[in-house]
Amino acid sequence: MDFDFTDEQNMVRDGISRLIREEYDFDTRRKVIASESGWRPELWAQLAELGMLAAPFSEEDGGFGGATEAMIIMEEFGKGLAVEPFIPSVVCAGGALKHGGSAAQREEYIGGIISGEMIFAFAYAEPRGRYDLANLETTAKADGGDYVINGHKAVVIGAPWATHLVVTARTSGGQTDKDGVSVFVVDKAAQGVSTRDYATVDGRRASEVYFENVKVSGDALIGEADNGLPLIEKVVDEATAAVCAEAVGAMKVTNETTVDYSRQRKQFGTPIGSFQVLQHSMADMLMEYEQSVSMCYLATIKLDEDDATRKKNVSAAKVRIGQAARFIGQSAIQTHGGMGMTDELAVGSYFKRLSIIESEFGSVDHHMRRHIALTAG
Amino acid sequence: MNLEFSEEEKAFRAEVREFIENNYPQDIGTRGVQDEMSREDLLAWHKILGKKGWSTPAWPKEYGGTDWTPTQRYIWGEENARMNTVMPLPFGVAMVAPVIYTFGNEEQKAQHLPGIRSGDVWWCQGYSEPGAGSDLASLKTTAVRDGDDYIINGQKTWTTLAQHADWGFFLCRTDPDAPKPQMGISFILVDMKTPGIEVRPIKLIDGGHEVNEVWLTDVRVPATNLIGEENKGWTYAKFLLAHERSGIAGVARSKRGVEQLKEIAAAEMLDGKPLIEDMGFAQKISQLEIDLSALEITELRTLAGEQAGKGPGPESSLLKVKGTEIQQRLTELTLEAVGHYGAPDFRSFPDDGSNDFPIGPDYAHHAAPTYFNMRKTSIYGGSNEIQRNIITKMILGL
Ligand SMILES: Cc1cc2nc3c(=O)[nH]c(=O)nc-3n(C[C@H](O)[C@H](O)[C@H](O)COP(=O)(O)OP(=O)(O)OC[C@H]3O[C@@H](n4cnc5c(N)ncnc54)[C@H](O)[C@@H]3O)c2cc1C
Ligand SMILES: Cc1cc2nc3c(=O)[nH]c(=O)nc-3n(C[C@H](O)[C@H](O)[C@H](O)COP(=O)(O)OP(=O)(O)OC[C@H]3O[C@@H](n4cnc5c(N)ncnc54)[C@H](O)[C@@H]3O)c2cc1C
Repeated sequence: MDFDFTDEQNMVRDGISRLIREEYDFDTRRKVIASESGWRPELWAQLAELGMLAAPFSEEDGGFGGATEAMIIMEEFGKGLAVEPFIPSVVCAGGALKHGGSAAQREEYIGGIISGEMIFAFAYAEPRGRYDLANLETTAKADGGDYVINGHKAVVIGAPWATHLVVTARTSGGQTDKDGVSVFVVDKAAQGVSTRDYATVDGRRASEVYFENVKVSGDALIGEADNGLPLIEKVVDEATAAVCAEAVGAMKVTNETTVDYSRQRKQFGTPIGSFQVLQHSMADMLMEYEQSVSMCYLATIKLDEDDATRKKNVSAAKVRIGQAARFIGQSAIQTHGGMGMTDELAVGSYFKRLSIIESEFGSVDHHMRRHIALTAG
Repeated sequence: MNLEFSEEEKAFRAEVREFIENNYPQDIGTRGVQDEMSREDLLAWHKILGKKGWSTPAWPKEYGGTDWTPTQRYIWGEENARMNTVMPLPFGVAMVAPVIYTFGNEEQKAQHLPGIRSGDVWWCQGYSEPGAGSDLASLKTTAVRDGDDYIINGQKTWTTLAQHADWGFFLCRTDPDAPKPQMGISFILVDMKTPGIEVRPIKLIDGGHEVNEVWLTDVRVPATNLIGEENKGWTYAKFLLAHERSGIAGVARSKRGVEQLKEIAAAEMLDGKPLIEDMGFAQKISQLEIDLSALEITELRTLAGEQAGKGPGPESSLLKVKGTEIQQRLTELTLEAVGHYGAPDFRSFPDDGSNDFPIGPDYAHHAAPTYFNMRKTSIYGGSNEIQRNIITKMILGL
């Protein structure tokens, strides 16, 4: 048994946590998410310079790590509620390319991601698809050596900031068939791509992305035609593990903030932290957090195993962490009383992010169902 | 034992339903969440009810009440919920008015009750302070007697919709040397236009503006605005809180919420079938409905007790805790039901004056903000922890 991190991983953590601490205090975040662009491109450049955007890639792709590095980074992102598109660009698009891309694609696009010059969004969800990755109305029709993409992708996180998109589309079969799914790289500036941009309730930016006869060359296909589902599933599992790590970071700060508040806030002549009902609630919050850390490690460690093992463990983690996120977020607000309801205190923003993480890359119910399917019988 | 409504009660329901259908202004209630509505929108139905004599059903007949039985009032609440009406705010009708007609003098009754009934005068509740929330008795705002006036200084907070208020009822300390903090507090009515009052907005986590800070600096109000006796305000405040809690279970609104949740779950698809047919999700809805029935019958039992002359006692704490838990659960399930489209912040969509937000289904737009906002229900009106403390002390005798 070894739950220690390597020296190199500890350096990643030190680097990212210093950056977030110094550059991402809550007031700065508030200003950034209210600004026109809603994020900090200059921070992205700093992240690239520090090597953070390379951290989850292998050496042959120009990086130096893998899933554990992504976990470490996202945990720190969670602590600061950073909104920058690490998951969409590095974990999702980067993951699709590293597992499915040709040598040429990897060189061009992973290089672009690592340098920070290319920013990707991952356009996989659809208005009526819920969390089913194969339920696709978006189509990519072969046309000579090219493909023509048509469709509408929902709530594409980070798309307003993106230069490129990784897009899932149906190349054959019926709407929910497991076969017939393919993955493409699309330049966001391509003819026929349009977006409606908006903010999300947890302070990020997203778009509805529309494809109208968007022509891409055969080179845009990532991996095999019609057999993209296993690749997408793997990528989404990696993203799920990463968002679990983000949740763990956010939970840690939420718990600490709550305990601090309960020490300071006095009612009835005593700190509210002296009331046993709140003490027990905070003890439960701590236990929920520790169980979440464990599940986050488990999911991350199992990402490289066979598909069934990976899926089972990722789903188990997302169920447990989704439940913990809800419990911790709600308890934190409750313990803060009226102050917890205000936009002014950070705790409300942590609660909101945790609430959205609950369903990101699949709700508790979705992952419970998948877990049942993988473990029953 | 008989759970059936009587023939008279059924006839009453029909009458109420017809009145609402014929008179409710159709353009309000559909425009958005409460904090985005104008004062006019929020008062429109109140004014119509005021003319009909139905804005204050629970008041004694002599002050303009209806003499409806608790069961009739319950039916009234249900029918309004069914139609999703914007009901008169509680601060005037359900909170300050009972204090005024129970403890106020004749001039105060004559001055204030008609405006509350008609909906012309908007009231707010100035109890809480930054340092006095659950421990309300520790409040610091002072009212010092100066000739025929009181001079009030202090800061109130969380004052709901004070931005629209004409009048407020404030708890102020009039005897700083009283032996216990509960003593030495007075209940004073304040015209919100009096110089020295400043109302500052507080933004909540759902992005809305429904509460405020109220700063009072040398606010001079006539001593005749005192309710009852000086230093006895705590008695009136406690009386009022019991009234506040009895309306808080929100059964009828939650029933309507369950119907809406079912509509959403029927529209959302999972594995090619409506979400509502998914065993897991269906179970959650059923659990909610079952809990809601339990609460409904419990409330009806409380009402029957009231009808038999037993006033609302500590059982109102039970109704508050269970009612708010159900309300919150409902918003959780609604957010779960809408899937990805819970995330977009509809407040960031371009405001082109139309009601037509093209991002995701309409029913998704308020799911997350409502979920966030409804966390307040276990905090305000005496937090659920405080309610449990009350149950422990008053019912269990611990
Ligand atoms: C099956 C079984 C096997 C056992 N085996 C052993 C054994 O091998 N050796 C041995 O020495 N003992 C043994 N015990 C005894 C066990 O350690 C005691 O039962 C235990 O410490 C609780 O004490 P109690 O039963 O006196 O309950 P109490 O202490 O009277 O507690 C009653 C309730 O009050 C609660 N409570 C008490 N204090 C507080 C507080 N400060 N705050 C909040 N709640 C509180 C408790 O949590 C409990 O719910 C065993 C007990 C059982 C049931
Ligand atoms: C949206 C909203 C609207 C409101 N509207 C009004 C209004 O119109 N007028 C008005 O006067 N007030 C209003 N309030 C204030 C409301 O009544 C208070 O927020 C409430 O009483 C809690 O006080 P607090 O916020 O100071 O929390 P605190 O009292 O600081 O409580 C913090 C936490 O400690 C817990 N706690 C405190 N004491 C104990 C104890 N003895 N045992 C166990 N746990 C305890 C609480 O339950 C809570 O979880 C509103 C509040 C909100 C959020």
